[in-house]
Formats: sequence, C-alpha cells, structure tokens
Amino acid sequence: MKKLLAMLLACLMVMSLTACGGNSDGSDASSDNGNTDAAQSGDNGGGDDTSGAEGGVFKIGGHGPLTGGAAIYGNAAKNGAQIAVDEINAEGGAVRFELNYEDDEHDPEKAENAYNALKDWGMQLSLSGVTSKPAEATSTSHNDDRIFALTPSASATAVVDGKDNVYQMCFMDPNQGTASADYIFDQSLGTKIAVIYQNDEVYSSGIYERFAARAQELGLEIVSATTFTTASQTDFSVQLGEAKNAGADLLYLPIYYTPASLILTQAKGMGYEPAVFGVDGMDGILTVEGFDTSLAEGVMLLTPFNADAEDARTQSFVSKYQELFGETPNQFAADAYDCVYAYKQAIEQTGATADMSADELCGKMIEAFTSMTFDGLTGEGMTWTDGAVSKSPKGMVIQNGVYVGMD
Amino acid sequence: MKKLFSADRRDYILSFGIVIAAFAIVQAMILTGNITSSLKGQLVPICAYIVMAVSLNLTVGVLGELSLGHAGFMSVGAFTGIVVTTVLADAVPLAPLRLALAIAVGGLFAGVAGVIVGVPVLRLKGDYLAIVTLAFGQIIMNIVNVLYIGLDENGLHFSLLEQKFELAEGGKMVINGPIGVSGVSKLSTFTAGFVLVLVTLFLILNLMHSRTGRAVMSVRDNAIAAESIGISITRYKLLAFVVSAVFAGMAGALYAMNYSTVTAAKFDFNTSILVLVFVVLGGLGNIWGSVIAAALLTVLPELLRAVNDYRMLLYAILLIVMMLFNNSKLKERLLARGRKEVE
Repeated sequence: MKKLLAMLLACLMVMSLTACGGNSDGSDASSDNGNTDAAQSGDNGGGDDTSGAEGGVFKIGGHGPLTGGAAIYGNAAKNGAQIAVDEINAEGGAVRFELNYEDDEHDPEKAENAYNALKDWGMQLSLSGVTSKPAEATSTSHNDDRIFALTPSASATAVVDGKDNVYQMCFMDPNQGTASADYIFDQSLGTKIAVIYQNDEVYSSGIYERFAARAQELGLEIVSATTFTTASQTDFSVQLGEAKNAGADLLYLPIYYTPASLILTQAKGMGYEPAVFGVDGMDGILTVEGFDTSLAEGVMLLTPFNADAEDARTQSFVSKYQELFGETPNQFAADAYDCVYAYKQAIEQTGATADMSADELCGKMIEAFTSMTFDGLTGEGMTWTDGAVSKSPKGMVIQNGVYVGMD
Repeated sequence: MKKLFSADRRDYILSFGIVIAAFAIVQAMILTGNITSSLKGQLVPICAYIVMAVSLNLTVGVLGELSLGHAGFMSVGAFTGIVVTTVLADAVPLAPLRLALAIAVGGLFAGVAGVIVGVPVLRLKGDYLAIVTLAFGQIIMNIVNVLYIGLDENGLHFSLLEQKFELAEGGKMVINGPIGVSGVSKLSTFTAGFVLVLVTLFLILNLMHSRTGRAVMSVRDNAIAAESIGISITRYKLLAFVVSAVFAGMAGALYAMNYSTVTAAKFDFNTSILVLVFVVLGGLGNIWGSVIAAALLTVLPELLRAVNDYRMLLYAILLIVMMLFNNSKLKERLLARGRKEVE
C-alpha cells in the first residue's frame, strides 16, 4: 500500500516536472497562444454572425502523426497551418479560423479515432491526414459524413479516388514517380540507376512502380532495385552492395528521409559515392539529429517548395517559421500553409459563412475548388480536377547545407 | 452457509453481465443520441480487441503457453475475410450474412494456420511456442506484404512478389501488395461485434469449465502428472492453441471490415504485445478481466487526447499503476469484500 502511494506521488512529480518543461518550450507556448487568439476572435466572430456579415470563425481540423516515427511530417503540417491561421486571424478580416490538430500516430485505426474526436469538437472544414494510409482511411469517413477535406500531403491515389469532397494540395505518388523519371532523363543525370525503396510503405512502392514503368518507356536502365521494410531499415549494406556491384552511377531513393540518411551514411562508409536523387519524402534530411549534413551534399530531390525562394511570401513564411519553431520549414509545412489560404480564398469566393453546417460548406467548397485558381507557396495557378491538384515539382539540390533550385 | 455461486458460475455471470450491461448502456446512448462520435467509432475495434484478448487468454492463461504472434492470426483472418466479402459481394447481397461468412472463413483459415504452427511446436516442452509464434507473426506480415490478389470476371488471381497477372476490364485488386487493401465496404457493426463477443465468451467459458478445459489446465499445472493419468499433452495443447487462433482470426475479420483500408503492417509485433498486455493486466486465466482490460485500454488513449503532448507518457504511467494495483493487497481486500457481499 505504501509502495503504491509512493509510486503515485512519484508519478505526480514527474508530471509536474514535464509540465514545467512544456511551458518553457517555445513552440508549445506559441501554438497555445495561437489557439487562445483564435478563441478570442471566435467570440468577436459570433457578434459578426448575428449582424449577418459574411465569414466568421471556421473550425478547421486535421490529423497527423504528432508522435512516433513520422512525427516530423505531422508537426510540420500542424505548424505550417498554425502560422497561416494566426496570420489570417491577425489581419482581422471577415474570415477567421480556429485550428485543431489531433495525433494519429501514422495508424489508420488511430486516424479514425482522431477524426471522430475532431467531429465531436465541431470541425467544419478538414485538413484530413498528413500521411497517406491514415488519410485514406478517414477520406471514406469524410465522404460519408459530407465534411470537405483538403489534405496537405497525403499523396496516394486512393485518398481522392471516388470521393467528390476530398482534395489534395500535394501531387500524387504516381505523378512523382513519372516526374522523377522525366527529370532524370531530361537532365541526363545518370545512365545506370539503382533504386532502393521501402516495399511495405504505400508511398514508396507507389512511386517506384510508376518510376519503373516510365523509366522503361524512356529507355533509362534500372540496374538494381532492392527493397527494405520498416522492420529492417537499419542496415542497407546488402542493398548498397548490390547497387555498387551493378555499377550504378545514380541512386534513386523514393523513400522517407530517416532511412535515406542511414543509406547516405552507410554508402559513405563503404566508399560508394553515386549521385543521389530523392522525392519529397527526402525533404527533412538536413534536420535529422546526429546526421552529418555534409553527406547530403549534392543530393537532388523533387519538392514543390523551396525555402530559399526569393519571393516575399515564402521569405516571410520561412522567417516566421524559423522564429517560432527554430527550424527551416519543409514542404509539408508549406502545403498545410497553402491549404489554409486555399480555404480562405474558397470561402471568400463563395460567400460561405461560419454558421453553415459542414454539409452546406462541403457543397460550397466543391463548387469553389472545381472552379478556382490558387497561388500559393508551393505553386502558382493551381487548379483541381477530381481532387488532384495540377502543379509541377521543382528540382532541388543540396549545396552547403541548404536547398538550391536546380534550374 | 453454502455458497450461492460457485467459481464457475461467478465467471459466467460476471463476463456476460459486464458485456450485456455495456451493450445495453451503449445502445441506450446511441438511441438517445448522447454518444460522442469518438466513442461510437471505437465500438467495433473494442469488440475485436475483447475477442482477441479472451482468445489469447485461452493460450496464455489457461494453457500456460506464451504466444507472441497473436496478431498474425488476426492478420490471416482479416485478409481472408476481405477476400471473402469481395468475392461474395454480388452472390450474397445481405450485408450481415456476408460479414458472418467472412468471419467464419477468416476463423477457419486462422485455425489452419494455428494447426500448421502448433503441430510441430506444441510437441516440445519449454518456451518454443513463444519463439515460433513471434516468427510466425513476422512471416505473415511479410507474406501479406508481397501478396497480390485480384478479382475479375474470370475469378481470383494470385501472385507473390510482384503482380504477375493482368486483370480483365472491370476487375479490381483485392490485396495490392504493400499498398494493402483499399476501398473495403465497411460491414462491421457494433451489434455484429457484440454477437461475436458473446459467442466467444460462451464457447471459451464452456470449454474452460468442461472436461476438456480441466484437462488443458492440468497440462498447464503439471504435465507429468497429467500424462500419468492418460491425458495426451500434445492433443490438448494443440486444441487450446487452435481454438485460440480461430477466434483471433474471427476478430481480425471483424476488425478489418470496420475500416476502408487495411495494411499488413497494422498486425505487427506491437499489436501482439498490446493484446498480451490486455491479458496480463486483466489477469491470466481471468476472462472477465480480459474483457475489461481490453475495453479500458482501447478507450484510454482516446480519453487522454485532452492532455495532448503528455498522452503517451500518461498512458504508460497508467499501465504501470494498473500493474501495481493488480499485485497489491488493496485489490485482494476489495475482491474479498466483494465476495463476502455476494455470499
């Protein structure tokens, strides 16, 4: 009994300690402020509604992996969306937002739970999921419940397939595979290509399939295609050895950045230095803890967003992000930022108001997104057909620890 | 004074009482519209996890063998179930019947997998089952990851490693390798889950308190003594293990039919351990304990959403507290008092 009591007290102490730590953490504090801002303007917004003005405070919900292995994507999207929401609320226009992000641990089951929690909260517009499978699971629910969803980064085809109210801000997996092959061919980046991909990840194998098909059409030679799984993403000596023996001069890595960082480290260790080409999952490799960023020198990747772009919007977004969260925003943050602004534009265009139900808003949004053209950080003149966005990826290369546009 | 309830009776009454009362309360909440979407969305997974926990309890608690690959059987049941419902989509238009068939076939296939694993391993003494089931879970996950099944007018097509078949016009992929299953029609309902839980409880409790069940327990308690009175150890071990696998397969089919997409990666080692945690926290051999632990620990992470960043930390701490409570004198005293009141 005494032991139990002691244990409970110890737990309480741990809790209070972590609570203190949380307060001193810059990112937490700022996002909290963001929420209270939104809530306050929410009260004002209520006044507007009664006077019959258009707009009001719209409740935007999203779910993404805020904990676990894919947490960097979920948190980036959450932070990016938060910046957009704070900016819009600070402007004090008719349209204001309140943002709520729930953790889905990159698991379809948890995603469904997160989605239901958001529904209980009163979500009117959704940012759906950040990663593909969880977003695919909830996209059916979005469709059943008639809640409009615009996902920043869930790129699988199945996310939007057959659902008239689920839209994407990123380009689809298959398009990335095709685009990579085209890019490699056009720029003649390599003649013998080795691919290492993760065959239990939809994102990775989806891109690879299209890449392989397109490469064959173009006459690119894939000399080695090897796989790994989530359980075996620590040792790549076999895959790299095969690529090296096949004499590959370009290594195509349609995978996430964590295994990619290991591959680069291990390739260096075995004295194998091919050119490396990645996709948007590679974005974030420079932020891996303990990773020697000099290894990523010369790595090329396709991403729709360039944090070094010269235009004022990107620069202000990047500086705000760096100030609040202490790191350079990646493509996921930019996509989520764009999503919120796309919603703003769609709401203004259709004159939707915050007292509308999710169902009514859904109709309005479908109307807006099928007709409007949107300029964001991740592309100009975006239009949507069948939920998929039209925009072209930009080739980036890492030089001196930063992304530089390739063309 | 004679006891009003024997130990057997108490098991039955508690297990069924808890489940039926919970069902009645939830149904009342649904009818009056007082239920949150969050809880409503978790009802089917809760039922699936209860069946998983109760069935694993048969292996771990009653038979006394450690199984670390229970999610593997769930996976077998889930993917067979999906293939069955897809194939029967036109032949059996009635959704509940299709679900029942899927659950039955899912259970059957998981049972076959159980026999394949059990026959060689359960002949041995020692902890071999733990090692082999651990490997089995991984093998199943990797096989489903490279399994391609497509359906068109010519029937089902199978291939391993890569898609070697071309589907005719209008055909569709049922299992698409690592991409898993997409666009499952959500057939599972809370009522279906409730019925499955009842069936599981009924069969497993009856099995436990039958002659066979006592034979299984004797194997657990003293294999040599059991053998000396003519009980075939391997036979009873295999029986308990296969029954356990069958129910895991059924739970898998129910679970899979609740989501529009399923991947093999969901049924990994972590899920096996999660179910084992339900069983251990609920008490080895304690069926109603498993029911409560499974339901509670499935809902708990969702209830903790309010505390955001500390969710995972709190969840872990609560697990430790529950473990301590389970072994504390406080629990014994509470149980003793409860028993006195019943008598």
